[in-house]
Amino acid sequence: MYPSMLKGPGELFADFSRLQDRLDELLGEGRDSSSIRAVARDGAFPMLNVGTWEEALEIYALAPGLDPAAIEVSVEKGLLSISGNRATRAGGETEEIVYARERFTGPFRRVVSLPEDADTTKVEASYRDGVLKLVVPRLETAKPRQIAVNR
Amino acid sequence: MQASPTSDPSPSSRAEPAVLPSVDIVEDSAGITVTADLPGVSPDDLVVRVDGRNLTLEAPLRLGEADSLAFVYSEVRANRYRRSFELSGELDTTAIQAELKDGVLKLRLPKVERAKPRRVEVRAAP
Repeated sequence: MYPSMLKGPGELFADFSRLQDRLDELLGEGRDSSSIRAVARDGAFPMLNVGTWEEALEIYALAPGLDPAAIEVSVEKGLLSISGNRATRAGGETEEIVYARERFTGPFRRVVSLPEDADTTKVEASYRDGVLKLVVPRLETAKPRQIAVNR
Repeated sequence: MQASPTSDPSPSSRAEPAVLPSVDIVEDSAGITVTADLPGVSPDDLVVRVDGRNLTLEAPLRLGEADSLAFVYSEVRANRYRRSFELSGELDTTAIQAELKDGVLKLRLPKVERAKPRRVEVRAAP
């Protein structure tokens, strides 16, 4: 008999679980630690959240520090695109010491595919506290409706 | 906007998932400037706390009326921002200035007088 054959299947999973814990420990730690170290950016800019309701679609783009007039929102063939340019920071004093540069700068573009029942002629955009909110209503014909039955 | 040297009033909230805001940190001869991206935070909701040598930024993140769980697609999942920094002893924690505009926070942490670079005047010997 081989010793490995005597072990139940539970042992194997316990080994994997321990390995997983170890990996989490090595990779996952330190994200919220109290240090002045820089954090690697992993997301695109601006980050998007999308909600869908019966009457409309809401798209939130987290784009802080922009001039609302300089944000370009366009719709073409069912694709809604948000683009613009986030200025590089001023400064350049020779005696400056830079400890972290995590904030996004430069041109950006995000594209969202709209559902077929989106009314692209009535898109509303507003900008508040660094968040661009887009409301795309659904077509009247796509809204649920009660149809009266005639005698 | 508050900047009070009190301890954390809600230690239980630490367990809640939070977004780590991106920051730029730059030092010049008079102090340190921290610029943080906090989209979706209104100036009234932001808390900047100094506890000893720990500086903590904390704010709820609100996107519209809806609960964040109602989104069908979300790249931002947490309902709050939180990040803390360790300050060096040469910063004057009583004179921190904070300004939040369009979701961008500018924090100015001046150095204490003795930590600023100084030019020493050299006099000619008699």
